[in-house]
Amino acid sequence: MTDLTNLGIAALRDGVAKGDFTATEVATAFNAAVEAAQPALNAFIVTTPDKALESAAKVDADRAAGKALGTMAGVPIGMKDLFATKGTQTTAASKILEGFTPQYESTVSQKLWDAGAGMLGKLNLDQFAMGSSNETSAFGNVISPWRRPSDTAPLAPGGSSGGSSSAVAARIAPAATGTDTGGSIRQPAAFTGISGIKPTYGRCSRWGVVAFASSLDQAGAMARDVTDCAIMLEAMAGFDPKDSTSLNLPVPEWTAGLNADMKGKKVGIPREYRLDGMDPDVAKSWDDGIAWLKDAGAEIVEISLPHTKYALPTYYIIAPAEASSNLARYDGVRYGLRDLPDGAGLQDMYAATRAAGFGPEVKRRIMIGTYVLSAGFYDAYYTQAQKVRTLIARDFTEAFQQVDVILVPTAPSSAFALGEKSADPLEMYLNDVFSVPASLAGLPAMSVPAGLDRSGLPLGLQVIGKAFDEQGVLNASLALEQRAQFTARPAKWW
Amino acid sequence: MSVDTATVAKIASLARIKVTEAEIGAMVPELNGILAWVEQLGEVDVTGVEPMTAVIPNTQRLRDDVVNADPLTGGDMRDAVLANAPAPEHGFFGVPKVIE
Repeated sequence: MTDLTNLGIAALRDGVAKGDFTATEVATAFNAAVEAAQPALNAFIVTTPDKALESAAKVDADRAAGKALGTMAGVPIGMKDLFATKGTQTTAASKILEGFTPQYESTVSQKLWDAGAGMLGKLNLDQFAMGSSNETSAFGNVISPWRRPSDTAPLAPGGSSGGSSSAVAARIAPAATGTDTGGSIRQPAAFTGISGIKPTYGRCSRWGVVAFASSLDQAGAMARDVTDCAIMLEAMAGFDPKDSTSLNLPVPEWTAGLNADMKGKKVGIPREYRLDGMDPDVAKSWDDGIAWLKDAGAEIVEISLPHTKYALPTYYIIAPAEASSNLARYDGVRYGLRDLPDGAGLQDMYAATRAAGFGPEVKRRIMIGTYVLSAGFYDAYYTQAQKVRTLIARDFTEAFQQVDVILVPTAPSSAFALGEKSADPLEMYLNDVFSVPASLAGLPAMSVPAGLDRSGLPLGLQVIGKAFDEQGVLNASLALEQRAQFTARPAKWW
Repeated sequence: MSVDTATVAKIASLARIKVTEAEIGAMVPELNGILAWVEQLGEVDVTGVEPMTAVIPNTQRLRDDVVNADPLTGGDMRDAVLANAPAPEHGFFGVPKVIE
């Protein structure tokens, strides 16, 4: 039998449906791959092999009984440990939530289980999804399966969905959920040579997702190719009355609608993204992407997004401000860690608990957020940032009057080594330069692998679409995928 | 605008995070670096621009005024609510004494 871990969502689902192999065989193969890789990659915070087998047994029984199977039936996936999973520890990679066992299931994970998916485990991430390298997790760094051919230095899998990207790239999970606040699906996907899509804000319910910055947080799919992402996103998306910002729209049939023909489509190339001193390999892969979309029939149009350079500083006011408010709930009273020094009162308990439970980057962002929201500084920082955010979104609205999708690089470089950027928070923040603008505008955006750079590491291309036009994003991404012919994968060293 | 040790101590207190003198000392230059960088937003002309409130147009919904319309978010689940509490007492959240 072929090695089942080489297959993606569509191939696994179809193989199970046809009877080429059973869902139990699939779950067993991935469980074994997870177990073998866990000591080296640390992609999971907890593994749940029994859950994977349990879901698989149900799919096999349903098939034997002739029942209709779901769109993810027989596919075991990794669940980012930001989604509440009933009965399985959910930590957001923070000590403050260690041991927290949700009494309910997040809407997105429930939808995936309802579609027949199973859970391999809870994936590691940057603490509270704050980070771009997975180095802020309280449960250890995730290691990318990729290495430079020249050395064995451990590389960042990107962040915050670093466990997700590492697991999919290492073929220990066929797909994984991610969440994206400023690029946390797209940048890790780019770093590890996989595909990842963040839909329009509001497509996927935030109910049961540990909140970071609520006006930006959006769940999405990470998988090996565009088709698998379409299948998975379709299973995840949909209106949820329990999320006040959920979009009350039907979920389009994105998979059925996939079409790589770009004839009659206009692709915008924003001049502001061509930064001074841009990595020449990143610039070249962008040029390749332009040529590929032209080859697919698209017309290339130069556009301007004049407020691009202000997106990052805007993000690093708004996201910490929302985080400082959201994370106020971790107080040692209702769930999670409590640190009660001898003789301490309530206020001392709050402060001691939060000091002990939050990691340095989380504290830094809470501090920034508290400062920009404090009396006397609120208008200068927070209100100003919200106004600039309006301008950034308006730039996109105007651009989309001329073009159908926008093509830009996903990240300014390929994966960096662990420790390389973690000393300076600002340098780490700059890694989000190409992904943050679409987040601030709430737009769907996808990263697909474009090729390898001079050091043998993957680079990603990003397609940004109009609000609600995930189909346009997926289609342009498919056109890129067909021409990039990206087949490189990390040599197995774990 | 930049912050000094007194301001950082004040922010930490507002954020309810206990910090040591050494941590405050380390945070001052870090926060100042970040604040100096975000200050460039001040140069953007925002005359007549409304601050963003909703990134994707949406309407506020009201749910039906029915008890336990959604059992997941309804009432009568005290034990589930308390299941993860670090120090529940007599069916309530326990906290240190706050009244003298």
